[in-house]
Amino acid sequence: MIELEPPLLTIQSLSKLYGRNVACSNVSFDLWAGEVICIVGESGSGKTTLLNCMNGTLTPSSGRMLYRTRHTGMVDVATMGDAHKRLLMRTDWGIVHQNPRDGLRMGVSAGANVGERLMAVGARHYGDIRSQAMDWLNRVEIEVDRIDDLPGVFSGGMQQRLQIARNLVTKPRLVFMDEPTGGLDVSVQARLLDLLRALVQELQLAAIIVTHDLAVARVLADRLFVMKGGDIVDNGLTYQVLDDPQHPYTQLLVSSILQV
Amino acid sequence: MTAGNAEPAEGSGHTYNFAYLDEQTKRSIRRIILKAIAVPGYQVPFGGREMPLPYGWGTGGIQITASVLTKADVLKVIDQGADDTTNAVSIRQFFARVAGVETTEKTSQATIVQTRHRIPDTPLKPGQIMVLQVPIPEPMRRLEPRETETRKMHALSEYGLIHVKLYEDIAHWGHIATTYAYPVMVNGRYVMTPSPIPKWDNPKLHQSEATFIFCAGREKRIYALPPFTDVRSLDFEDHPFRLQAFTQTCALCGSGQSYLDEIILDDEGKRLYVCSDTDFCAQRVAAGHVGSDPDALAATKDAVA
Repeated sequence: MIELEPPLLTIQSLSKLYGRNVACSNVSFDLWAGEVICIVGESGSGKTTLLNCMNGTLTPSSGRMLYRTRHTGMVDVATMGDAHKRLLMRTDWGIVHQNPRDGLRMGVSAGANVGERLMAVGARHYGDIRSQAMDWLNRVEIEVDRIDDLPGVFSGGMQQRLQIARNLVTKPRLVFMDEPTGGLDVSVQARLLDLLRALVQELQLAAIIVTHDLAVARVLADRLFVMKGGDIVDNGLTYQVLDDPQHPYTQLLVSSILQV
Repeated sequence: MTAGNAEPAEGSGHTYNFAYLDEQTKRSIRRIILKAIAVPGYQVPFGGREMPLPYGWGTGGIQITASVLTKADVLKVIDQGADDTTNAVSIRQFFARVAGVETTEKTSQATIVQTRHRIPDTPLKPGQIMVLQVPIPEPMRRLEPRETETRKMHALSEYGLIHVKLYEDIAHWGHIATTYAYPVMVNGRYVMTPSPIPKWDNPKLHQSEATFIFCAGREKRIYALPPFTDVRSLDFEDHPFRLQAFTQTCALCGSGQSYLDEIILDDEGKRLYVCSDTDFCAQRVAAGHVGSDPDALAATKDAVA
C-alpha cells in the first residue's frame, strides 16, 4: 500500500456569515502539495469569501484550517501568532489579486515590487536582490529593461504577470488566486494561462484559484469545486465535473458556455 | 494637581502659566517622554494640544520644550542651523516671554536646544536636551499609508519595506540618494526617522551624550533617544551608508568639517558656501579662523539695507 503524505492544507467545516447572510457554509476539503483546485460559481456564490477566509484576509465564523508548515508540521492557522502568520503569508504563501493594483505597490518600480518580499525576509544585498528580480521578470515574460519602470505604465496583462512574479520570488508552496485572468482580453488570457500552467508544474505549486471562467478551470485545475449559495454543490476531478456534470446547477453552468 | 508651581512668567503682564502650557498637560507630556526614553525609537502617541502657531511650524517641538523647561534652563532655538531665522527668533521670544527663561545663541551654553533640520556642529554635552520638530514621524509612511499596518510592522520588527525605498534610490540614481530624514535603526530594535535632519547629522545621533526628544505636533507622536544609544543608518551590504563630501570650505570661517549652505548672491551665478550652523561659524570666527571671503555676507546685508 502506498503511504500518502499528509495534505498541505486541511479545511474543516469552514463557514462565514455576514450578519444573517450565509456567505459560505460548512466547507471541508484537503489540498495536497502541488495540487491545483479551482472554485467556480456565479457572482455572489461565496467563492471569494471562501478564498479570503483561507488566505487570512477574513476571519471565518466557524471551522478550522490546518496548514502543514515547513518546520513544525500541521498548525491551526487560527491559533498561529501574528508574527508567524505574517511570515507565512510573505514566504510560503502567495496571494494574487483580481485587480493587480491591489497586489502591487504602484508607487515603486517593478524591480522593487519583486524585491520587496526578498527584503522582507532579510535580503540586504542590492546586487543579489536585483539579479533575482531580473530573473523573475524574465520568467514572467516582462522585458528586463522595464525593471525600473513603475507598474502604472505597464499594460493590464503585464501588471498581472508582475504580481505573479512578486508572489513567486520567495518560492511559496501555496498560492491563492482570485480571478487571475479577469479583465484581460482573450489572447492575453491565453498567454497568462500558459505561463501559469508552466510555473505551477515547474515549481510544484499548490494553488486555489477562484474563477467564473470554466476555461481557466479546464486548463489549470486538477480538481474543481462548484459553489452556489455558499455551498459546494459539486466537486471532483476537473474533467469529470465538466464532462459529466451531476448537479443541476453544474449542468446549467457547463451548458452556458458560449460556443463560437 | 494644585497650581503649586504654576506661576505666571514674571513681568510679562499676562496670566499665562509658566511656559504657556498648563501643569496637567505638561505632566502628561512628561509621562509620555519618559515612556519614549524607556523604549528608544518607539513612537508614543500623546494628546497634542493646539499651540499658538500653525502646524508645521514647530507645534510638536514647543510642546516638548514647554514641558521640560525649568526656570534654571538656558534655551537655544535654531531653524536650518541658524539662530536668526524668523521661526527661531519667534519661538525664542515666545519662551522668553511666557517662561522668562534665559536664551542664548551659543550651543555650549544651552541646556535645551529646540531645532528643526540640524543638530549643532558643536559637539553636545551630557545633560543637554535636543528637541526636534518632526513633520512625519513614520519612516514607512510614503510606502505604507495605513497606520494600523505600520504599527504592526514596528511591533513585529518587519522592516523589509524601509529597504524598498533605499532600493528605489539605487535603481534610479545609482546610489542611496536620500539626503535627509534618512532612516536609522535604534538600539537594534526600532526603525526611526530622524526627520528632517540631513543625513550628514545622522552619525551625531550614535552614542550621543545628549538626550534627543522628537515630537510631531500634527501627527501627535513623541519618540526619543536616551544618551549613549546605538543608532545605525540603514543601508545595503554592497551600498553602505556614506556621507556626502563638500569640495568647498566655509567662506566666512574656512571650516572644512561642517555642513554647508549654498547661498546664491546674484543672478549671474555667483554663489557662496557658508556654515549652516551660524553659532559654530561665529565661534570659529571669534577664535580667529578666517575663510576665503569673510566679508561676503556683510556686503549682502548692506545691499539689502
